[in-house]
Amino acid sequence: MSIQVQNIQKRFGSFVALDNVSLDFPSGELVALLGPSGCGKTTLLRIIAGLEQADAGTVLLDGEDASSTHVRERQVGFVFQHYALFKHMTVFDNVAFGMRMKPRNVRPNETQIKKKVHDLLNLVQLDWLADRFPAQLSGGQRQRIALARALAVEPRVLLLDEPFGALDAKVRKELRRWLRKLHDELHITSIFVTHDQEEALEVADRIVLMDHGKVEQVGTPEEVYGHPATPFVYGFLGSVNLFHGRVEDSAVWVGEDAVPHHNTAIAQGSEVYAFARPHELEIVTDPNRTDGIKARVNRVLTFGVSSRVELDGVNGATGQHFEVELSQPQVQALALVAGQIVRLLPSRLKLFERSEAGLGVKR
Amino acid sequence: MPVSAVAARRFNVLPGFGLSLGYTLVYLSIIVLIPLGAVFLRTMDLTWAEFWQVVTAPRVVASYKLSFGASLAAAAINAVFGLMLAWALVRYSFPGKKIVDALVDLPFALPTAVAGIALTALYAPNGWLGQFIQGELGIKVAFGPLGVLVALVFIGLPFVVRTVQPILEDLETELEEAAASLGARRWQTFRYVVLPILLPALLTGFALAFARAVGEYGSVIFIAGNIPMVSEITPLMIITKLEQYDYTGATAIAVVMLVFSFFLLLIINGLQHWANRRTGRER
Repeated sequence: MSIQVQNIQKRFGSFVALDNVSLDFPSGELVALLGPSGCGKTTLLRIIAGLEQADAGTVLLDGEDASSTHVRERQVGFVFQHYALFKHMTVFDNVAFGMRMKPRNVRPNETQIKKKVHDLLNLVQLDWLADRFPAQLSGGQRQRIALARALAVEPRVLLLDEPFGALDAKVRKELRRWLRKLHDELHITSIFVTHDQEEALEVADRIVLMDHGKVEQVGTPEEVYGHPATPFVYGFLGSVNLFHGRVEDSAVWVGEDAVPHHNTAIAQGSEVYAFARPHELEIVTDPNRTDGIKARVNRVLTFGVSSRVELDGVNGATGQHFEVELSQPQVQALALVAGQIVRLLPSRLKLFERSEAGLGVKR
Repeated sequence: MPVSAVAARRFNVLPGFGLSLGYTLVYLSIIVLIPLGAVFLRTMDLTWAEFWQVVTAPRVVASYKLSFGASLAAAAINAVFGLMLAWALVRYSFPGKKIVDALVDLPFALPTAVAGIALTALYAPNGWLGQFIQGELGIKVAFGPLGVLVALVFIGLPFVVRTVQPILEDLETELEEAAASLGARRWQTFRYVVLPILLPALLTGFALAFARAVGEYGSVIFIAGNIPMVSEITPLMIITKLEQYDYTGATAIAVVMLVFSFFLLLIINGLQHWANRRTGRER
């Protein structure tokens, strides 16, 4: 089932949680709502579910206005960050709950319920836990039970609010892959909220990036990572180096240092934010070079195939920190020492005019 | 070496198991067990036939019915309305909430005689409420069994509120949202999700309110009217015997109350245990 939200507004007191948000979630896709905490992603999910009322705007489920429909009639499966399992019921009773609450004339009989519950428990690979209570399960198992419980009522949409947020890193990774596999089997329209960019990039068909109650960009993982539309998206997805500079000639001037750029669309003299990913920076040790941005080597970290060099800005970029990713042979060839002054040359530089955006990037 | 001897020697950061257990037993004996034992001992002065005659005298039997009946009814009323009060205090914020919260404890703090006089003045046929209830509706509250019930409801109120309140505060609203998203109606959410979680605390509150009501004397005695066979409570029967210097007769009735209360509390504890087991809090 498709979901559309149109011009959704929501305030909590003076805090604007959602500012005129319009989105389209096509049928059968797994979409991630990604953003920092407080960006309004959970509020949007709860409004779609009907757990929260929007101040203005409409939610369309399958093209029909659902704004006045109660959550129990929306047929949405909702999975909570902290599982919200009924502690006083066994796993079996938890999963059976939705079916048992149905009006008598449409309620399946106990045999049908039993079969359905076991089918679902098999789907989440936890049939052997049917008689346990939630307190006896691990976090990962609880969340899978919560998912089975949500699926039991055959929802038209599955909404997951930071489903893996309370789990440790290893289980999280496992469940991520498992959720993707499950979605490929069921093809139910799903939206999940996360603040973990890696999770969103890995699992989702499409990512909605949000900040300060607004949608910043919508696209496939490749699109949003490869072609960030705003400085916020650039800064939020993956590690990034940021330079504050001014465009003059075909260079970006950061204090007394300059780096070349090829973006002709930006007017001379305008203030810009320039972004480069850690692997898009080159370290030059030649003291006679005058191009590139001066920086002091802080430490060199080596693990796995790549090495990370951490540097502090000097001159125009004092107080800023940079990160460069290199292969191990490259680092060995450079023979960097802590405290050494080097120059950074970007192989690719993404520019945003400063007036364009109130920037939510912290680095 | 026997296995049990090894198991018994467990390391403890704060030693003193022997000392604290000994202290506990001595203290419990002096404060609780010896006085209760004395009640039984004193009763033994009677022969079985005499004992039976005292405790089954029609006036005494009528007082059991009123005492235990009214106490159970009062505890039940408090369970329902105490739950509602606790719900309102936990879930909503309204002006004067702190004052309402403090008022709940008033029946605890108020000397029971004060409560008794206040209630009597209010519900007496010429009192503020009494003149309407008796005059307009024809229902007699003060100086009858209904008055006893009113007094017992009054003094039992804090027990249910204070036992249920902390559990309600810990109850995540997400559980109710989850139930709603699974298609449960409001009453179903309450019946199948909220109530089972509150049940053990509710039973505890019920038991406490009941125990307090059975033993209540001061607040009841004014409003009851103390009409033989109609509105005499069992503690009053004990006092009456004492005033006639019939100490063994008084202890005989006390023994019956004690045994009866003990069994009722046992049943309630059993219910609580059952509720806990059924809901996975104990295995």
